[in-house]
Amino acid sequence: MENSTSESKSPPRPERRGFLKGLLAGVIGAIVGIVPLLSGLAVLFDPLRRKSAAASPIQVTSLNAIPEDGTPRKFTVLASHTDAWNKNPQSPVGAVYLRRTGPKQVKALNVVCPHAGCFVEFVGARNGYFCPCHKSTFGLDGKIASASPAKRGLDELEVEIRNDNEVWVKFQNFLAGSAEKIPT
Amino acid sequence: MRGPLSWLDERTGYKKILHEALYENVPGGARWRYVWGSTLTFTLAVQFITGIFLWLAYSPSSQTAWESVYYIQNEMAGGWLLRGIHHFTAQAMNILLVLHLLQVIIDGAYKAPREVNFWFGVVLLVLVLGLSLTGYLLPWDQNGYWATKVATNIMAMTPLIGPALQKIVIGGADYGHHTLTRFFALHAGVLPGLIIVLLVGHIYLFRRHGLTAKEPKRRPDAPFWPDQVLKDAVACLAVLAVVLFFVLRPRFLGMPGGAELGAPADPSEQFAAARPEWYFMFLFQMLEYFKGDMAIVGALIIPGIVMFILILMPIIGGWKLGHRFNVGFTFALLTGVAVLTAVAFATDRHDTLYQSAAKLAERDSHRVKELAGSKGIPVAGAVALLREDAYTQGPRIFARNCASCHRFDGHDGLGKLPTDAPTASDLKDFASREWLAGLLDPNKIGTPHYFGGTKFADGKMAKWAKKNVPKYSSEQKEQLRKVIAALSAEAKLKSQETLDARDTADISTGRALISGDINCTECHQFQKKDEDATAPDLTGYGSREWLMAFISNPAHERFYGKRNDRMPAFATEKILDARSIEMVVDWLRGEWYEPPREIAAK
Repeated sequence: MENSTSESKSPPRPERRGFLKGLLAGVIGAIVGIVPLLSGLAVLFDPLRRKSAAASPIQVTSLNAIPEDGTPRKFTVLASHTDAWNKNPQSPVGAVYLRRTGPKQVKALNVVCPHAGCFVEFVGARNGYFCPCHKSTFGLDGKIASASPAKRGLDELEVEIRNDNEVWVKFQNFLAGSAEKIPT
Repeated sequence: MRGPLSWLDERTGYKKILHEALYENVPGGARWRYVWGSTLTFTLAVQFITGIFLWLAYSPSSQTAWESVYYIQNEMAGGWLLRGIHHFTAQAMNILLVLHLLQVIIDGAYKAPREVNFWFGVVLLVLVLGLSLTGYLLPWDQNGYWATKVATNIMAMTPLIGPALQKIVIGGADYGHHTLTRFFALHAGVLPGLIIVLLVGHIYLFRRHGLTAKEPKRRPDAPFWPDQVLKDAVACLAVLAVVLFFVLRPRFLGMPGGAELGAPADPSEQFAAARPEWYFMFLFQMLEYFKGDMAIVGALIIPGIVMFILILMPIIGGWKLGHRFNVGFTFALLTGVAVLTAVAFATDRHDTLYQSAAKLAERDSHRVKELAGSKGIPVAGAVALLREDAYTQGPRIFARNCASCHRFDGHDGLGKLPTDAPTASDLKDFASREWLAGLLDPNKIGTPHYFGGTKFADGKMAKWAKKNVPKYSSEQKEQLRKVIAALSAEAKLKSQETLDARDTADISTGRALISGDINCTECHQFQKKDEDATAPDLTGYGSREWLMAFISNPAHERFYGKRNDRMPAFATEKILDARSIEMVVDWLRGEWYEPPREIAAK
């Protein structure tokens, strides 16, 4: 080895000294590497601190706009929406199908397919909802109609009729792919 | 025992590589002077790590670049630290580059057979400077924007291809989205990629030729591991400590830590405080000495010659006295850089124009963060927050449009002192009790603070005040005080809310006196229509509506009518749009958006 020439001047236990130096170099190396890495990991995992906005009732439309014969109709849901640094007042955050079940009664279904999150479409001819992505089918009431990739029916949302005519929906999205309705 | 490591070694031979890496011979043993290359590699690694994490959150477009950096800096966990480390490590890298180059030149490490490696180093130097230049623009704040514009305009001076080159680099005729996408691609993709390739070559050649030993050797040769590695590690730790010191320093002073972020870039907003990063200040200063057509000398020719000599150094070093020339040239160059840098900073320190511009920049930068933090940022970008903000725009509009005649607390609204004497009143606290008391003071009404510079200096109002007020009995003086309170209450100033609420009795007496004993209504209209009024309407005097109507057209019969003295009709003559008039009025009246306390404190 090259360092054989240095033996004469070395202290009694060069191996032990070399080991300590190596250990120290390793420790310092780990420290200088970990500081920038940790600051980066904090930013990487920052999204875990973010929660989706709490569901609160949103006025979607008026009762008059929903067909009286019980055919579902799609409505865009507008709400103030925060996208990282942007605050957007009254921008589309999703959509719902509204269907009359009585003169003053409305059922709301989130248009998001509970399988993988595509938007379902109401198909009049089949009297049900159809997902264009993986062909899940749902009945008029949102329940799974036939063997479908989806594990649960369309997500029903709470509806409130205010002042006789205003339709308010507690808009919420739920975790896709699960058999349970878990709010995101 | 045949463990997984031997399995791996048989397939990769990593043990040999590791051994070669660690047991490289260090002639004369480990020394501190050999650490510079390792610290540079370390800083580069830090930039790669922090840069990739920043990449996760950065959005290069002119409506999102500043905004995403603001978000990293102020909203994301540890974002300020991450960006701070990236920002200050970049600066450390530039210093270490110079130290590394200096050591190579002094030790003659560029001599045969190491010429090619020296050239690799020079190219690496240029690439790292390119990283600095491109990185400076990415936050898209005022300083980065305007300073980088200077750099790309210099690029356009290149003979023949200049203008085309500039367009290619900035992605069009003007700065915009594609300037950012291009600079970002250069900064995070092209330049780092080239640096990796060249660095591999640089280290390969370094290992091939070995370390250039400093003679005389103090000790016998030793392997790289562990002595030199330890010294390198300690040096890297020192570099990191210095970087962290600068990142954390503002926090010790009670400010948010990390790198600064100025106000968002605004192509329509003059920015007199634009300066490059401190390590480019010498180039900035040099440009000042080359006027007109000579600009290309300072901008391109001199830096070109310096680079050319740097590249020739390995050849010059082979000549007799060549090495001494190289060392002498390098020190002369560094002295020149140091002197120019010092001159640049000293000039700025004594330049009142620069100082007030820097102060304004700080005001904007503070304000936009306050607005972004409390209101959120509109899709149009943070610059829209400032463009619509009375606190930001009011003084600017005043300086541009009003300060040629008026003053605000003696200055032009932005803190500058115009050289000419004012020819119209000082509008600080306009319509407040104090301001009105001065106007009705026979000793003050004729001063430049009020009517001194106008034709009203000898007008009816001044004559009235000079003739009547000195003769007032103490009872009449009390009446005048109530008139002032009543008139000032018309303005509904935010700063006088509590006073106005407290003195309702005085105010209502004062109102009666305006058309009663003090008889302002002899000339002015007050509360009820008066066809014969010859002086400005006192109904709502100084209120938002009154001021806006007044500025829109002071020659309207509600105000001065034909007696108007030189003041332009800002709306009627289309000098200012309605929003600008609103903003200057709101600013004069001290009414602008105030964020909730907890955000202001942050």
